[in-house]
Amino acid sequence: MSMKTVKEKKIRKSRPPRAKKAGKVRRAWNRGNDHIRDVMHSVAFLTPSVTGVAVFFILPFLVVVYYSVIRSPMNPEFVFLDNFIAVLKNSSFRTAAKNTAMFSAIAVPLAVVLSLVLALMLECRIPCKSLLRTFFLSPMMVPVASVVLIWQVVFHYRGTLNVVLANFGVDPVDWINSSGCLMVIVVLFLWKNLGYNMILFMAALNNIPKELLEVADVEGASAAHKFFNIKLRYLSPTVLFVAILSIINSFKVFREIYLLTGDYPFDGLYMMQHFMNNTFNNLDYQKMSSAAVLMALVMVALIALLFKVEDIFGKDVEG
Amino acid sequence: MRKKHYFGRFALTVLAVFFALWFLLPTVLTITNSFMTQSEISSNYGKVFANVSGSDGKAYIADTVNLKFIPDKVTFNQYISVLIRSPEYLLKFWNSVILVVPIVLLQLVVASITAYGFTRWRGKVRSFLFFFYVILMLMPTQVTLVPNYLVSDWVGILNTRWSIILPGTFAPFSVFLLTKSMRRIPASLIEAAKLDGSSEWQIFKDICLPQCRSALYSIAILVFIDYWNMVEQPIVLLPNADLQPLSVYLSTINSREVGLAFAIATIYMVPSLLLFLHGEDYLVEGIAHQGSVKG
Repeated sequence: MSMKTVKEKKIRKSRPPRAKKAGKVRRAWNRGNDHIRDVMHSVAFLTPSVTGVAVFFILPFLVVVYYSVIRSPMNPEFVFLDNFIAVLKNSSFRTAAKNTAMFSAIAVPLAVVLSLVLALMLECRIPCKSLLRTFFLSPMMVPVASVVLIWQVVFHYRGTLNVVLANFGVDPVDWINSSGCLMVIVVLFLWKNLGYNMILFMAALNNIPKELLEVADVEGASAAHKFFNIKLRYLSPTVLFVAILSIINSFKVFREIYLLTGDYPFDGLYMMQHFMNNTFNNLDYQKMSSAAVLMALVMVALIALLFKVEDIFGKDVEG
Repeated sequence: MRKKHYFGRFALTVLAVFFALWFLLPTVLTITNSFMTQSEISSNYGKVFANVSGSDGKAYIADTVNLKFIPDKVTFNQYISVLIRSPEYLLKFWNSVILVVPIVLLQLVVASITAYGFTRWRGKVRSFLFFFYVILMLMPTQVTLVPNYLVSDWVGILNTRWSIILPGTFAPFSVFLLTKSMRRIPASLIEAAKLDGSSEWQIFKDICLPQCRSALYSIAILVFIDYWNMVEQPIVLLPNADLQPLSVYLSTINSREVGLAFAIATIYMVPSLLLFLHGEDYLVEGIAHQGSVKG
């Protein structure tokens, strides 16, 4: 893998010599022309998307930033950080931020580790691998609403889980409206996302050079040694990729929570998106924009951190 | 030694099958329950949806729900009432189709053109732009919905289908994945075509697109599944209940007619299921080479 990318880069750099016989000036002229043509072409290919992204995401986001530092659209007085401070002091924003952060902090590491374990499990030569793979991927297709239906049946006060637990003498708990609610959602999240993450890991495991593992085998390396010193090194870019995907998906879990509990769920499940939705309904632009800007800042910081980590770990294998 | 090895493999297989079955359970449950009669459903799950608060009446521990797989009597009544008696569900289904299909197609067209632009020419500005797309891709819906709402309001498409289709068209997710797989096309192939005098558009159309077939297919599946189940965007951008897709509407059925909900969910699952079963190998192949997130 690493060798290949290096080779590709080299090939890309060495362009075929054009106009060899022509003089210096001519060559320079051609090169300039080439450059201009390249720029024109790339502009032509990139324009549609860039325009769309600018119109639908960038420009309005700048307006959001503008809204977040003025008093109100009617009274555009510059107030700098007032709105942010107001939002940060808002108790429902705090609950939402805390819950969202807590959920991601629990769910994302679990998603990465468990899907890696599943991938390693399916890597071993076991029968019916592709059938099992399909089983693991099946949650991707079930509509959120019907998943939620089943989750309600299982985790309800009189639900299946409590029935099973009652056999062991455990008192019934109303899971969705208790402090255990976050775990219910974590299970739901894992169930939904592990399969796809697992495929990503399986693909990455396939890309590890076989010779390396064979050499390790010949030299009598233990399974643990092989895993930590060879496989994990090669997997590190994928680990980060999966981590980032899981972070994105962990913000999407609002769908399930919304369908499970509606606009105002139990305190422990009040997520960022609930806060946003409820401010949308009140059309409180200042609160909404400050919250969006804050969240964007946090995301950028998080992404920068992950990229830094990738720089440190991914260096020696990426070529 | 050898015997131990076999035993280990056997144990692993059992474990893997066990987990896989857990993963499959809710899917199977949805499908089998859709064939139950309404009375069976309500005798099984009635307690859950009868009182939503659920914290009272500890005495009725016998009145618990009964998660059942095999229906006592197989019936198509739920399907008949969904498909024939109440056309509103079909209407919502159509709403979903008319939202999601244009998004998938337009997003793929825009993304493949853009990905070619990012693959073929590189430079400081372009790699910064690509990096910017990655950041935008990673932004949660919570952040991007506010700008989308504002623009839709200004342009006057709020509460129409376009307010969801247009932002969906320019979503950067598939640009990222496609660029990744286009960059794997050997540069020599493109150079050769160039020397043969093909225009950029021809190189794009005749060389790059066919080379990325599996990536295109896998991205189409991912985007389809993602938008097919969307909930956030319609609630905010499309409050008009007549235009909302079935994915949003399904949630309102849950509490009232549980049996119907299972049937509708099964019907709703069919398109993504077919796409998925047809393209599973592409899905694996197409995302196999993603690797690092950065450009």
